[in-house]
Amino acid sequence: MRHLTYLGVLAVCLLAAIWLEPVLRVGVLRQWRRLLKTLLPVVLVFVAWDILAIAAGHWWYDPGQVTGVTLPGRLPLEELLFFVVVPVCAVLAFEGVRTVTGWPAEDERDRR
Amino acid sequence: MSYTITALLGLAGALVVDLVVLRTRLVLGRVFWATYSIVFVFQLLFNGLLTGRGVVTYDPAAILGVRIVYAPVEDLVFGLALVLLTLSLWAWWGRRETAT
Repeated sequence: MRHLTYLGVLAVCLLAAIWLEPVLRVGVLRQWRRLLKTLLPVVLVFVAWDILAIAAGHWWYDPGQVTGVTLPGRLPLEELLFFVVVPVCAVLAFEGVRTVTGWPAEDERDRR
Repeated sequence: MSYTITALLGLAGALVVDLVVLRTRLVLGRVFWATYSIVFVFQLLFNGLLTGRGVVTYDPAAILGVRIVYAPVEDLVFGLALVLLTLSLWAWWGRRETAT
């Protein structure tokens, strides 16, 4: 089970935010195209950063706590998932804040 | 280049995207900071868990050595850059879809 540590942390992180979709009806997953277009550049930039940092020896992962599925650039699968899960959670939180407070974001202010 | 430098460059890049490139200007509004304060709490929790359990280890030479809940302070800068870039793009695509 220890090799599922990182994957488990990601799953808990996603669960901590995903309830906002059905409960507050934030409509983030419903706008899946907009979400994909947001995620793609983020994943590309941060995966590149991660691969360079791993190559430079800035950080490394405990082989005993990851699944062992490794992508090109010695990138653990979990790291790729991290850059999907965290942005999804951030967008859910952002829309959650807007839904609860009714505050417009800056981009909406421009529209008026 | 150390993680300290790359994290600051990453944050600078995200700020340029938000303020200049996409002009979403999220950092000037309260929605972003309210969101970030929530994300920040979870980041401390999950980042602390990953770092504290040794899932990820940092080269001491690449970081300042200042740690908050096990995680190097650079991770917080990295996280802010990640969240800002994500939300700036999200807001930008939202604005485009509304405009058309």
